[in-house]
Amino acid sequence: MTTAFELVLIIGLMICAISALKAKRLLVTVVIYMAYSLLMTIVWVLLQSPDLAITEAAVGAGVTGMLFLTTLKKIHALQGTKDE
Amino acid sequence: MKKNIWANFSSWVNGTAEGKDPYEISEKVQPREERKRFKLNEEQKMHLFNLQYKIVAAVVCLTVVGVLLYTLFQLPLFGDPRNPAVNEVVERYVEDGLKETGAVNMVAGMILDYRAFDTFGESSVLFLAVTSVMMLLLRDEKNISKEEDIQEAHERIIEREASDPILRYVVSLVMPCILLFGIYVVLNGHISPGGGFSGGAIMGAGFILYSAAFGTDAVSKFFNMKTFRTITSTALLCYAASKAYSFYTGANGLPTGIPLGTPGAILSSGLILVLDVCVGLVVACTMYGFYSLFAKGEI
Repeated sequence: MTTAFELVLIIGLMICAISALKAKRLLVTVVIYMAYSLLMTIVWVLLQSPDLAITEAAVGAGVTGMLFLTTLKKIHALQGTKDE
Repeated sequence: MKKNIWANFSSWVNGTAEGKDPYEISEKVQPREERKRFKLNEEQKMHLFNLQYKIVAAVVCLTVVGVLLYTLFQLPLFGDPRNPAVNEVVERYVEDGLKETGAVNMVAGMILDYRAFDTFGESSVLFLAVTSVMMLLLRDEKNISKEEDIQEAHERIIEREASDPILRYVVSLVMPCILLFGIYVVLNGHISPGGGFSGGAIMGAGFILYSAAFGTDAVSKFFNMKTFRTITSTALLCYAASKAYSFYTGANGLPTGIPLGTPGAILSSGLILVLDVCVGLVVACTMYGFYSLFAKGEI
């Protein structure tokens, strides 16, 4: 039933989820999490729920990632900024 | 006694409470010889604790996974016509939804007409969330000193001068498109996929992008605490009023006096368009409010 494209998406989701856990730097974790959200957007479109896809793209890949990055900057956990 | 509790509570809220500091480091230090004698023992204890911790964690995880998998196999098969989810409610939504709500996008008809009360709760939850973040992060004279204030202003000047020209150029190209698309998604919520929440999130993300590129001061020229308060509370009140009117007239598809219009036209489907705009405004303000409170502690 699952096409090759869906299989690629699902494997990509799993890789993203595991590598987000395994990443050493918090910045990398946040970026991988945003990539996960983008893949999830395509999955929502394939599942015929474009409403959810738009929301996932805006909230998951946009706003949440930005909030994470701002928090990391606030607690001085980003490498390469002047606090470190 | 009662007044004392209230005074304690208010001083706790304001952060001026006195009393025992739970994080105070106790000054009792064990003598050197004794520490040496107990060192090995402590290490052994830690090792034992770690081992126990791992075993208990594994057992708990496996139990939860087992319970969830067992429940999964008890669920009815996907697409089975005898499923409990396939009942007259779904039939009514699918068959009479367009006629009763006038919305071509059935999801919008469901969440903003049949289940509009739930959506009101969701918008209020967002409002409550941003209020809680404000309680924690809003800067005022009680939780910030003058030196910190000066340092913050200094950092903001550095940020503005060191902002990336590539980012600024790209944002000035992309920003109008994002805002227009957000407005399009909100206004076409009853015709095409999307609606208040998605469109509002897109607009909020656009504002966040703009403020990340040009600094939070650029946004506060047209969007400050006063506009935030006005827009959010007006939108919520407007939502409550229009839904109260619909309840007053009997709800559940009874005539409200508002024409449903031709399905597919932009001015159709009665109250759904108004509710979409309200939800979109609340969500956009909330998203930007979160970012602004996180980034600089004020809107």
